[in-house]
Amino acid sequence: MSDKKNWPLWEVFVRSKNGLEHRHCGSLHAADEDMALENARDVYTRRSEGVSIWVVKSKNITASNPENNGEMFEPAHDKVYRHPTFYDLPDEVKHM
Amino acid sequence: MKNENLYNYILGIADNSLILGQRLGELTGHGPSLETDIACTNISLDLFGQVRSYFQYATKIAGDDRTEDDIAMLRKEREYKNVLLVEQPNTNFAYTMARQFLFDVYHLAFLAELQKSTDLTLSAIANKCIKEVSYHERFSSDWIKRLGDGTEESKAKMQEAIDGLWTYTDELFHQTEADKAMVAEGIGVDVTKLKDAYYARVSEILEESTLETPESKWFQKGGKEGIHTEHLGYLLAELQYMQRAYPNMEW
Repeated sequence: MSDKKNWPLWEVFVRSKNGLEHRHCGSLHAADEDMALENARDVYTRRSEGVSIWVVKSKNITASNPENNGEMFEPAHDKVYRHPTFYDLPDEVKHM
Repeated sequence: MKNENLYNYILGIADNSLILGQRLGELTGHGPSLETDIACTNISLDLFGQVRSYFQYATKIAGDDRTEDDIAMLRKEREYKNVLLVEQPNTNFAYTMARQFLFDVYHLAFLAELQKSTDLTLSAIANKCIKEVSYHERFSSDWIKRLGDGTEESKAKMQEAIDGLWTYTDELFHQTEADKAMVAEGIGVDVTKLKDAYYARVSEILEESTLETPESKWFQKGGKEGIHTEHLGYLLAELQYMQRAYPNMEW
């Protein structure tokens, strides 16, 4: 416990209000999941930013490799028809 | 002053939060890790928020031109009514958490009773504060368990902190004249009735933390009557410096 280097890194996801999704808001160090939740509460929700918190060990996240960005993402660039941009959204629909 | 007992009673409650808040505030930028630093200063801010509610009420009771800042900043050491426990220094993180824990268990039980006060302002303040203090108690209890049931070194340090601060716990249950008067009127909390449950709860957490509950029956007292340990003067010097050096300054 006294060796801070041993505290793993956690990613923090906060849901700002009911009905919305959890969003990644940052990371922090903590010894275990309970401490991670408490730390997340203190670091990321002290101005009442959230109603729910998820924490997950950063090492458990599988990330795409930036070197592969070309093959991963570029093929989508010229396929505008994959976006639902041809519909008119009513103003009342939020969070789209 | 028409209701001096009530005024003194409010100050007795508020000063505990004020002095503990100031102690925790000293950790700003100096916490053992970024996360615990923020947690301790959050608790400090919670406590200062509570102090404001109490002092704003006290200024109404006083009915003179004193402001909440005057009450916080311009009293002399002997006029502060906080218990000795909360003025003890942040010797190390074990001491900081042990002090917090020994106070939080009391504070939570105290506010639960203060909610039942016939004084509607005090019961409303208690009602607002108790959620914050429930979190404080969870936070500090967790650290007692982590450090107590941690490594050999963390356990030794936590036991030393509990042993060192134990002598200040009994004072939490002493009654001043203002306390007795307020209990008689149904406004104040009879702290003597909180004592058994307090020590039971503290022992339970210590046991869970594989720590020993100290057996010493020799206790320090005096803070509630304004007789403080040598540590308070230094704390007040820092707290009051700006107002003393530049009277009426604002920023």
